[in-house]
Amino acid sequence: MGVDRREFLKIAGYATLFGLGGKAAIDILAPGELEASMEAIPLTKGKRWSMVIDMRKCLKQQESSKEGCRECITACHREHNVPDWGNPKHAIKWIWQDKYEHVFPEHPNEFIDEGVRHKPFILMCNHCLNPPCVRVCPTKATFKREDGIVSMDMHRCIGCRFCMAACPYGSRSFNWGNPRKAPKELNPDYPTNRAYPERSKGVVEKCNFCVELVAKGQLPACVQACDKIKVHALTFGDLDNPESNVRKLLREHFTIRRKPALGTEPNLFYII
Amino acid sequence: MYDGGKIVIGLIIGIGLFLSPFFYNAGTAAKAPDPQLTEKAKEAEVCVANKEYMRESHFSLLDEWRHTAVRDGERYYTAADGKKYYKSLQVTCLDCHSNKTNFCDQCHNYLDVDPYCWDCHIVPEEKK
Amino acid sequence: MIEKAFHGGKIYWAWISALCVAVVIGLLAYLYQLREGMWVTGMSRDVSWGFYISQFTFLVGVAASVLMVVLPLYLHDFRAFARITVLSQFLAVGALLMSLLFIFSDVGMPMRILNVPLNPTPRSMLFYDTIFLPGFMLLNLIIGWAMLGAEKRGEPPRQWVKALIYLSMPWAIIMHTVTAFIYAGTPGRGFWMTAIMAPRFLTTAFAAGPALLIIISAIIRALTRFRVEERAVQKLVTIMIYALIIDLLFLGVEYFTAFYANIPQYTETFQYLFSGIGDNRALVPWYWCMNMAIAVSIAMLCTPRVRARGPLLVTACVITLAGLWIDKGYVLVPAAFIPNVFGRIMEYPPSWVELTISLGVYALGSLMITALYRVVISIREEEAGLAVKSTSL
Repeated sequence: MGVDRREFLKIAGYATLFGLGGKAAIDILAPGELEASMEAIPLTKGKRWSMVIDMRKCLKQQESSKEGCRECITACHREHNVPDWGNPKHAIKWIWQDKYEHVFPEHPNEFIDEGVRHKPFILMCNHCLNPPCVRVCPTKATFKREDGIVSMDMHRCIGCRFCMAACPYGSRSFNWGNPRKAPKELNPDYPTNRAYPERSKGVVEKCNFCVELVAKGQLPACVQACDKIKVHALTFGDLDNPESNVRKLLREHFTIRRKPALGTEPNLFYII
Repeated sequence: MYDGGKIVIGLIIGIGLFLSPFFYNAGTAAKAPDPQLTEKAKEAEVCVANKEYMRESHFSLLDEWRHTAVRDGERYYTAADGKKYYKSLQVTCLDCHSNKTNFCDQCHNYLDVDPYCWDCHIVPEEKK
Repeated sequence: MIEKAFHGGKIYWAWISALCVAVVIGLLAYLYQLREGMWVTGMSRDVSWGFYISQFTFLVGVAASVLMVVLPLYLHDFRAFARITVLSQFLAVGALLMSLLFIFSDVGMPMRILNVPLNPTPRSMLFYDTIFLPGFMLLNLIIGWAMLGAEKRGEPPRQWVKALIYLSMPWAIIMHTVTAFIYAGTPGRGFWMTAIMAPRFLTTAFAAGPALLIIISAIIRALTRFRVEERAVQKLVTIMIYALIIDLLFLGVEYFTAFYANIPQYTETFQYLFSGIGDNRALVPWYWCMNMAIAVSIAMLCTPRVRARGPLLVTACVITLAGLWIDKGYVLVPAAFIPNVFGRIMEYPPSWVELTISLGVYALGSLMITALYRVVISIREEEAGLAVKSTSL
């Protein structure tokens, strides 16, 4: 993979046009990190954003040290001021890990390959093509953008939690309490990103595929974090473009999605 | 008429309750608001729209910003003079107007409005 | 007419005072929840709907059951129901007031509730509830009040009232069907994904409503001189038996489909309800009670000795009501989240705050129903030529 010179200038140009993301675009495309960057299409012009997660690379990195790897999770939760409540009942999760068996409960296999058994997989919102959460929301507070991202309008959410009942992937979290009151000892430097808002109590939140970064021509925080440690397990790209990085990966690898039988058409793909 | 006395007492209580805010606030005329500009804002000289519009209708602009930025993904605002701004209360507005207490709160307190922006949007730390 | 609600005996005022106290306690608990956030409830990331939404569902059913009184009267000319329709309609009004308050108690941002009508979204099933619930409440309040006025003046009800009554019949069915669709339309919750949910909602409603009406008429009988006709009570019992038998059939169909096809997504929750999964068995006793209650109710109501009026009939009705309340008002909602979409188990017990707020809502609804019933009973007693003062209530 890689980005040609013309493309690089185009992306950098887009970013500098607004005088904000110029430096960031160069960061992304710095030598050695070209692999994960966008091909043939600037970040602000996607039609069906999606992500391919190469679990081989991810698990290899996780197993390379005793503590595992939580780079993408930390980066995301810091970027979006996601607090740690220290309690699974009230947890807020945008991107997280769970064992293979719980990520793919519809694929039960007693005699599964040791390579995936009990292995921690990465989960986040699937940004479905047919999102049930969007279908059921009584105020259109959650909606599908033209670029395929399932987004949340925190100004409008009434906190009815119908979307949480409808989402078959457990991708949505409710603010059971005021995030500013999350335990201080677990969140010493909260809010972690003063350029991103917090949430009030009583609204639902979820992964937003970093719309705020994509708008500036930057890759999602999790992808940036994974690229930064040179693992490149996460690839973000436009499914609508046959020449895109993600389409290339999907052509060349066997991938699976979570609960495809439900017809939601997840836009997250796993290379096993 | 039955229970005439009771009706009169009821009326007096009712009118009393209705007027209670006046009594409550009597003699405590708040001092007129005097919003302050930061050095940075003074230097910039122009805001995203003219001063009169911003004073009277900044909330309409903010409402439009939040709607178009969040829902339509249009994150940049072109001012009348052609300058582009990133639509963000927290990043753009509060960058210049980093003195919330002396800028925003002055009028909000005077008019007794309590916008819930600050429930989520982070206010810059102010030097006393 | 409303002034009659302010006249009553010692029992009446003691009951009203008790309800007012409960409302105040509930309100205080609500203010606490509003200030702290929803973590004061027993709900969680995994079980994100609980007691409030359950009560909403159950009470919509109670309201829809007004159909079982109006339909025999107006389509089959069963006159014995003429004197209880207004009781059933006012019961529906109170039930819907409570339903709406339960939704209000459940949302995290109650001050934004107007975002629902301001951003009408017909693809969301909740949208229809926000139309059909207040609509049905208003419809029954207007109909009931107009009929009572006509009765007091000794006139037949006006034509427009009859038109509204005919409108209220399909309305009741649609209202409860869209309530079922809230659940039956969610992919990934196998327990709710069943086409028989809406029909079952209706059958359980048509058993629970009449059961409650029989209990209420027994209380009215004990405290006032107003008598609900025996023929009306017996008809209600018949309706209950049919509804319960159909419900039992539907339950059996549900169990067969789940267990014989044996698809985990559809059996897991039933397995949790019947025998628990691992050490998690909080709902097991409740679920067995529900199944037993339906069977016992049918057996009791089919026995002539029980059907004859008296404490036995009221007992049978209480058992029916309890069983159906467990079904819709306790198990149906949280159970669908157990196990959760990851195949993990997080159980749900409602918290004390949740129960206290619910008590307050029930008290407020009962207050409204009591006041409306007081008016009805006063008028009925006057008709019977009895002085209001002579009643004990």
